[in-house]
Amino acid sequence: MSIDGRYPMRTIRFIIQKEFLQIFRNRLMLAFILLAPVIQLVILAYAATFEIRNIDLFVVDQDKSPESRALIDRFSASENFRIIGYSDVESAGDHALLSNDAVMILNLPPHTGRNLVRDGRAPVSLRLDAVDGFSANIASQYFLQIIQSHNEELGSMQWKADSPAHIGITVSRWYNPELNYQSYMVPGILVLLITVIGGFLSGMNVVREKEIGTIEQLNVTPISKTQFIIGKLTPFMILALVMFSFGLLLARFWFEVPFEGSLGLIYLIAATYLLVVLGLGLLVSTITHTQQQAIFITWFVFVIFILLSGLFTPIDSMPDWAQYLTWANPIAWFIDIIRRVMLTGADLRDIWVSYFVLMTYGILLIGAAIARYRKSAA
Amino acid sequence: MKAFLGFIKKEFLHIFRDRRTLLILFGMPLVQLLLFGYAVRNELNKADIAILDHSRDEITREITDKLLSSGYFQLTAWLKSESEIEVVFQRGIARNVIVFESEFGRKLIRDGSANINIVTDASDPNMAQMLEGYTVNIIRDYQQEWQERNRQVQQSAGGSAGGGASISGIVPEVRMLFNPELRSANLFVPGLIAFILMLVSAFLTSITIAREKEQGTMEVLLASPLNPIQIIIGKVLPYLALSVINVFTILIVALVVFDVPFRGSVLLFSMLSLLFIMAALALGLRISSVVKDQQTAMMISLAGLLLPTILLSGFIFPISNMPAVLQYISHIVPAKWFLIIIRGIMLKGVGLEFLWQETLILFGMVVILMATSIKSFKIRLE
Amino acid sequence: MHNDNIIEVSGLTRKFGNFTAVDHITFEVKRGEIFGFLGANGAGKTTAIRMLTGLLIPSTGQATVAGFDVFTQTESIKKNIGYMSQKFSLYSDLTVVENIRFYGGIYGLRSRDIRRKTDELLERLGLADVRNRLIDDLPLGWKQKLAFSTAVIHEPAIVFMDEPTGGVDPITRRQFWDLIYEASDRGTTIFVTTHYMDEAEYCDRVTIMVDGRIDALDTPGGLKKKYGAEDIDEVFVKLARGGVA
Repeated sequence: MSIDGRYPMRTIRFIIQKEFLQIFRNRLMLAFILLAPVIQLVILAYAATFEIRNIDLFVVDQDKSPESRALIDRFSASENFRIIGYSDVESAGDHALLSNDAVMILNLPPHTGRNLVRDGRAPVSLRLDAVDGFSANIASQYFLQIIQSHNEELGSMQWKADSPAHIGITVSRWYNPELNYQSYMVPGILVLLITVIGGFLSGMNVVREKEIGTIEQLNVTPISKTQFIIGKLTPFMILALVMFSFGLLLARFWFEVPFEGSLGLIYLIAATYLLVVLGLGLLVSTITHTQQQAIFITWFVFVIFILLSGLFTPIDSMPDWAQYLTWANPIAWFIDIIRRVMLTGADLRDIWVSYFVLMTYGILLIGAAIARYRKSAA
Repeated sequence: MKAFLGFIKKEFLHIFRDRRTLLILFGMPLVQLLLFGYAVRNELNKADIAILDHSRDEITREITDKLLSSGYFQLTAWLKSESEIEVVFQRGIARNVIVFESEFGRKLIRDGSANINIVTDASDPNMAQMLEGYTVNIIRDYQQEWQERNRQVQQSAGGSAGGGASISGIVPEVRMLFNPELRSANLFVPGLIAFILMLVSAFLTSITIAREKEQGTMEVLLASPLNPIQIIIGKVLPYLALSVINVFTILIVALVVFDVPFRGSVLLFSMLSLLFIMAALALGLRISSVVKDQQTAMMISLAGLLLPTILLSGFIFPISNMPAVLQYISHIVPAKWFLIIIRGIMLKGVGLEFLWQETLILFGMVVILMATSIKSFKIRLE
Repeated sequence: MHNDNIIEVSGLTRKFGNFTAVDHITFEVKRGEIFGFLGANGAGKTTAIRMLTGLLIPSTGQATVAGFDVFTQTESIKKNIGYMSQKFSLYSDLTVVENIRFYGGIYGLRSRDIRRKTDELLERLGLADVRNRLIDDLPLGWKQKLAFSTAVIHEPAIVFMDEPTGGVDPITRRQFWDLIYEASDRGTTIFVTTHYMDEAEYCDRVTIMVDGRIDALDTPGGLKKKYGAEDIDEVFVKLARGGVA
């Protein structure tokens, strides 16, 4: 019998092989790992949007004059608004607002038309359901824009040409002139997906062997801690990169996200980032006793990282202390890098600081996972 | 009955003995609440901007000062040429560059018009729009001040008074109801309650039962004199208790720390929350009846319950903005209806007279889910 | 001490908090013998075996396994031993062949050797027909035999077994002991714990552990004679009563 301990890579290969066998054996799981990202990417990209459309408007027209109708027509013609009901009774509006049928009530009081013709000004009232303050704010801006252009058309704007001096403002929107929301969200969502899948799978992996008891059998073999962690890490790295590639294909051909930067760089960064995610997962897995604990800790850490990552709400909008926290947040780093590389074509020279931070995190976490993994209980 | 009580006690001990898990179960909702209350926002706060001033005169300096003193921006770079804009964006130094044309001030005074170019990194379209809006507003403000000053100068020099411009036409009065200060905490807290309930009731239940299956202890339970219904009740009861405690902790912190209003009936709120918890527990049971191990239970719960609860319920993203298909899908997400209900109760102060439709839908869901999950559970076990 | 002792234990102790699971045990195991470690559940057998296999660091005392120290040379010990734990050690979602291949691989066997050993082993166990079945689908007795065979696939000098026959029917237990004898004939030292007293008769020497201490060590015949008992069961009952009193 020839025992061949000179090639540490060989041992790692057997662990990798075994992990893959287990992953592929659980069809339900495999389907989830491969399909879920695709479905989620599509849903997220369409669902995670702050673009305000179809604002449900209820109109209380107590005037019913040609003037009031002209104003209402403006709203029904706008694609931002959707008129869901008319009435001439004020309480009907209240009802629509309280029962959640409308978010906005436009109230045109009696004599609106007469006031407009006779006095040149007619007060109307708008009430908004401001539970969602952000949307309500934008909705009211859209509303005011329509009123303003209506007024301009009525020829009643008097303060124009008030002063000859005028600052001309032009706006240039770089990288995304049409303000396509998806080009921005899709790269971030890709990050989210590989984070969640990679983090949870690796987080549950080692502790699962502890729960079932097979870890004892591994701990009594001469396999080294480093071999063990690398063997556990590699399958998830490969799996996550396959998922990532699916996501990239979707991003490119379905969402038509521009790829300004180099594809090789994108993969380099993704692989580095995965070291962080998988390292964290494995670290959690080595310090917990049950899969439940592992899930909760992973979940807890990721929820905080994701909420403070700038994916859904801009980092610039956060209070200072939260902005400092993002320095310690690898998800924020990766989202920032990948957006810059994909959308603005940044290269390694532009992002090396962020890349270095990610790399450091990855090495530290994997080192910690190796160090914390105990083959012998003290 | 005695065996049943003993079993329930054991289930409670399971959860409460595991300090680490318990800490997370109670700590997580609070941390999330704090993040939503303080950090997750949609307003501009000290955004990084760069300035490219080809003119460097008094007026461009005044405009720059006005931008920087607004509190919305902080200057991170002075640029010398157009070619630096790309670098600034690619390195993430700034998201917004203000470009003053050369001889800006002189042109404004002599010709009555001068140009500013606002260049935004629109790879984040939300941010770009926000930056544009704030910048344009500040520049317009400055323009008005400047005109005002000039008029005063002209007036004191004996020019004719320019008549005060009063706005006419249709004059709207806009009122923000229910949340006049437009605070995001008011929006997120009800959503967070729905989310935490889904997490504790459905996610944990499905995993805890999957765990018994994985470890083979489920068979031991089934061999005991307890019947399957009792086993299910014993398994879900601790999580029900946890959910209730969590709801009230979140609620109290939200009311005390974030001044989130609670305008409706606490009793109605509690009863309908219980209805939602039942829906969530039934979902958890349904998942646990089809899986064999914790990993699969977790993945299904994650993709099938938690993500829809975050994305398709109106928690963070308004449903009305989504494509029609997703709006239809959102109808089958229980959290969507629960959110309408608790936002109605908490913020609008309405009662069942406005919420009966949503309540009926949720109730129907609970009945269907309970029936199918208990049925599938029995089939699997027998 | 003697060169033919493959395990030497002296005053080995393990405490968990205030509880002393293993209390100053001292014994030697000779190269090639079948050494039985008897005791009731909770007597400290598993703790002792986990210290000897390098899974658990002892509190105090001394012990060497295959000449390596259990405090400092646990990884060297692991190269020389096989271990069949009380908990189930095979992957239930992998097939018979995949499990053998995996354990062969991590012990550093060459692929050619793994293939040859797999065929040999399945032939001997009569499991050739189920080579591609999942472990999950096999009866417990087959699983145990397979678990033992994978534990010795790298032909270790010593194999430790912790309650290998728990829950297995008498016929399968008999077959299992045949496997143990075969391994012993090939020169492997066997260290086995059990709470089935009849199995003690199969061992060359046995020790009986009560409440963390070793109360007796001799050949099965020697023990019976010393305690004037019909069988080991009776020896055990006498010792356990003495331990309580």
